Amino acid sequence: MSDGIGARVKRKEDKRFITGKGKYTDDIRMENQAYAAFVRSPHAHAKVKGIDASAAEAMEGVVAVLTGAQLTGDGIGNLICGWAINSKDGSPMNMGPWSALATDRVRYVGDAVAVVIADSQKLARNAAEAVVVDYEELPAVAHADRALAKGAPQVHDNAPGNLIYDWGIGDDAATQAALKGSAHVTELHVTNNRLSPNPMEPRSAVATYDEAEDHYTLYTTSQNPHVARLVLSAFYNVAPEHKLRVIAPDVGGGFGSKIYIYPEEITCLWASMKTKRSVKWTSDRTEAFMTDAHGRDHITTAKMGFDKDGKITGFHVDTVANFGAYMSLFSSAVPTYLYATLLSGQYDIHNIYCNVRAVYTNTVPVDAYRGAGRPEACYLIERMMETAAREMGMDPAELRRRNFIQSFPHQTPVIMNYDSGDFPGNLDKALKAADIAGFPARKAEAAKRGKLRGIGYSCYIEACGIAPSAAVGSLGAGVGLWESAEVRVNPVGTIEILTGSHSHGQGHETTFAQIVSDRFGVPIDNVSIVHGDTDKVQMGMGTYGSRSGAVGMSAIVKAMDKVEAKVKKIAAHVLEASEDDIVIEGGEVKVAGTDRKMAWHEVGLAAYTAHNLPAGMEPGLKEGAFYDPVNFTFPAGAYIAEVEVDPDTGVTKIVQFTAADDFGTIINPNIVEGQVHGGVAQGIGQAILEQVVYDEGGQLLTGSYMDYAMPRADDVPFYTIEHNTTVCPNNPLGIKGCGEAGAIGAPPAVINAITDAIGTNDLQMPATPARVWAALNAARAPMAAE
Amino acid sequence: MYDVSYHRPASLADAKAMLASDDAKVLAGGQTLLPTMKQHLAAPSDLVDVRRIPGMSGVKVEGGKLVIGAATTHAEVAGNADVLKHVPSLACLAAGIGDPAVRHMGTIGGSIANNDPAADYPSAILALNATVVTDRREIAADDYFQGMFTTALEPGEIITAVKITPPKSGGYAKFPNPASRYAMVGVYVAQTGAGVRVAVTGAGQDGVFRHDGLEAALSARFAPEAVDGVSVSADGLLSDIHGDAAYRAHLVKVMAKRAVAAAA
Ligand SMILES: Cc1cc2nc3c(=O)[nH]c(=O)nc-3n(C[C@H](O)[C@H](O)[C@H](O)COP(=O)(O)OP(=O)(O)OC[C@H]3O[C@@H](n4cnc5c(N)ncnc54)[C@H](O)[C@@H]3O)c2cc1C
Repeated sequence: MSDGIGARVKRKEDKRFITGKGKYTDDIRMENQAYAAFVRSPHAHAKVKGIDASAAEAMEGVVAVLTGAQLTGDGIGNLICGWAINSKDGSPMNMGPWSALATDRVRYVGDAVAVVIADSQKLARNAAEAVVVDYEELPAVAHADRALAKGAPQVHDNAPGNLIYDWGIGDDAATQAALKGSAHVTELHVTNNRLSPNPMEPRSAVATYDEAEDHYTLYTTSQNPHVARLVLSAFYNVAPEHKLRVIAPDVGGGFGSKIYIYPEEITCLWASMKTKRSVKWTSDRTEAFMTDAHGRDHITTAKMGFDKDGKITGFHVDTVANFGAYMSLFSSAVPTYLYATLLSGQYDIHNIYCNVRAVYTNTVPVDAYRGAGRPEACYLIERMMETAAREMGMDPAELRRRNFIQSFPHQTPVIMNYDSGDFPGNLDKALKAADIAGFPARKAEAAKRGKLRGIGYSCYIEACGIAPSAAVGSLGAGVGLWESAEVRVNPVGTIEILTGSHSHGQGHETTFAQIVSDRFGVPIDNVSIVHGDTDKVQMGMGTYGSRSGAVGMSAIVKAMDKVEAKVKKIAAHVLEASEDDIVIEGGEVKVAGTDRKMAWHEVGLAAYTAHNLPAGMEPGLKEGAFYDPVNFTFPAGAYIAEVEVDPDTGVTKIVQFTAADDFGTIINPNIVEGQVHGGVAQGIGQAILEQVVYDEGGQLLTGSYMDYAMPRADDVPFYTIEHNTTVCPNNPLGIKGCGEAGAIGAPPAVINAITDAIGTNDLQMPATPARVWAALNAARAPMAAE
Repeated sequence: MYDVSYHRPASLADAKAMLASDDAKVLAGGQTLLPTMKQHLAAPSDLVDVRRIPGMSGVKVEGGKLVIGAATTHAEVAGNADVLKHVPSLACLAAGIGDPAVRHMGTIGGSIANNDPAADYPSAILALNATVVTDRREIAADDYFQGMFTTALEPGEIITAVKITPPKSGGYAKFPNPASRYAMVGVYVAQTGAGVRVAVTGAGQDGVFRHDGLEAALSARFAPEAVDGVSVSADGLLSDIHGDAAYRAHLVKVMAKRAVAAAA
């Protein structure tokens, strides 16, 4: 079937996006709609001593000014982190209170203290400026290492020393001993820079309260509307689940930042009940920089030991993770179970220990962002490997080869059990595609032009298809991470797939239709995908952690299994054949080896007319399924970056980038390549451009694109993309996932290439021109002194 | 954005009358003014759009001088045959401002009226020893720029044109800020009738400035190597998250060399 698995079909959804006909939350217009504007703290840390809203309330078009005291007074619950992590000593994490509107204290610049509801967005914003808040400024701390220092300002009273947890995984003593006995130990101090997610569509919410039904509807920019409904109901007491409908229509990118339920969405729901008006809020870009959950922000010191043959003996890691001012929904899991469990990388390491201290600071909350924990792990391991190879005078490819895991399943010392892969094969493919043999000549040619050319590798692995519910449950997750699907075959044979996955750029309307087309032989145009509405789709856990293919599609396959069984029963009955002889092929349901057949739509019609069904069979052709994965999936690959550094300015140009990925089964190469392109661009962004900067006092210095450097088209090269597929043995389609690989694998490849070019390993991300120039000077200085 | 009244005067006289009120402001391409209004950082009561006033835009050659109307967009300057012929380095500078959308809206008059310390044009005006023509006088470049976002313009004064005597040669090299792509350091060198002039934008705490050391060295010998011996002090240069003063000082030399190498 030309539209089936593996076909490079064009995205079905693109017509509406490209012609401007997409329907995003901000496009929703309700009757009698009012607008919210938030009154936000200009201080990183302050006591709220009073709020005078009288001037604002008197302004034209102002419906109400609502405060945190009213919100908590109405019983709206505090925001929570849904994954419980205990410290090494067994004590639970120290979660500080987080009210959607601050009542007595603000803890970061942008923390909302009140909301103005008015007849237009402009009136609401103007009135918000007229709300007078009496703040008493408190000392603030923005950086994780300073937050841990003695005498640092305290962000939450119940987190002494700003420590949320002090967690460990692996065997500390055995790892220390292994390092002691090593022939060589490489030590690195790396920071993983703080990033702002920057989806093209900013967050938005339109909340409507129906007084007659005591029912709420929320349109919002969510990657997981059912989870939003669950949390809004069960924890924030907005409304019980059957009285709350959450719709995530077209969503323009998320990268993790739209997993969470934020103060603004909660406030809009509550405000719609208070004011009896629909309430809309759409973030502007500055608000997005200030209030969207940030990503990364780790400081790590690590040691890796090697024996005389270059085999890794032990890996010891000490990480401090900045959580910002409050614990966001999944924040606690990111630097623990999504980070430390991947520290074995692609290598056979027997001794690993990782200590993670999570700390509060006066900055916006930090949570999962494309890759979430895995980029931090990969960056650390892969910089270690390259640095160690240089220190030991070994070819970095060879050092990796000596340590690659070669047989599967492979149990690492940090929980993960890798199910499949071909790590040497990935690297070989990448080396060949990158024309490694030609590198010395390219380097010499670049030198003639006065440029320093360097090459860097990165062999990444990640855990996707998040996640087996029992496993994550045992690790503290408050939810199960299965997925659900429903397959509805209509009487005319067209098919609707209802899925709990949510597409916000991933192209589900195309790829999900392809697996249906592959199975039943119907054209993809006869398949529609329904998602993002809690009233339509039975249940779902949403899209993040590259789970829509491995988990979401698996649920569809399970539901299709049930449909297929029923179709065969009906056809066998009508065609008077044995069920076992029925085959579905090319849009027809046939008796194998005969010319007896029914068209696909005839079976659909038969199911619904129900005139001639097997005895006891219910009419209709619609089946649902829940799929709970048995393991994570493990996409892996080898990336090679080649750069040219201008020694006069420190500017890095990425001249070549090769990716050889193992994503398991590929449904649509076009979409997969798009995911790699976007992911690598974000990885390059992290490596050389992007960085959120707060000053010492917690003021955000990167509040717009004037200072936050996003990658542009001319910052990235044309990519060379290879696939080296091993099929995932643990799900029906053999899918591993591809959504985060680029962002995970690219940063270390780029930094390894730059450090190769400039001849020093002492370089932090983002490797801005100024930093690279300074590193070059530092590297040159000893030579000058000679 | 707060409420504002928009006016489109048909003549300079009308524009002047409309600008009599303190809260009225000239609007040209709006590429700086409108974003600041949206952020509530500026709140004029009236906007006086000068772009359609006859004679305000376009390029002509008059008495051996290039006369560029204040409302001429960056894209027009970049592509204009007279500019390309007489001051190609200026066309090259204009072609490197912002992105195509910005270049088709933003104007030379707006840029120099605004005098952003990271803007490109101020370096050209200063290095080329240009004359800023207004509705009431002509101002020499050396007198015009008075510190960041500060110029010799009086309240309500309207720039109508910029006059440039074509130099023997000129060159511009820009090191773009990685985020905004404004100039982190931009150096314009010109061999003018008044000697070699070198103007630096992006780097100075007080906005665009001329560099004596570079001018002296390049007057002695107009060649990239002449820059090598010059010392550029970091004093008075900007430090921010994109680079400190020492880095900027270094870039001034690198860009100066590149500007000389590119000079035509
Ligand atoms: C995304 C983006 C990128 C940019 N990148 C760059 C860059 O790389 N380099 C660079 O140099 N600039 C850059 N700019 C700024 C751009 O060049 C602006 O066009 C310019 O600074 C202002 O010109 P304007 O015509 O838009 O003026 P406006 O925004 O309309 O006005 C700016 C100021 O000048 C005053 N004014 C305008 N015209 C006159 C006049 N004739 N007489 C008196 N006062 C007047 C106005 O009252 C206002 O105070 C960028 C802008 C944007 C939005």
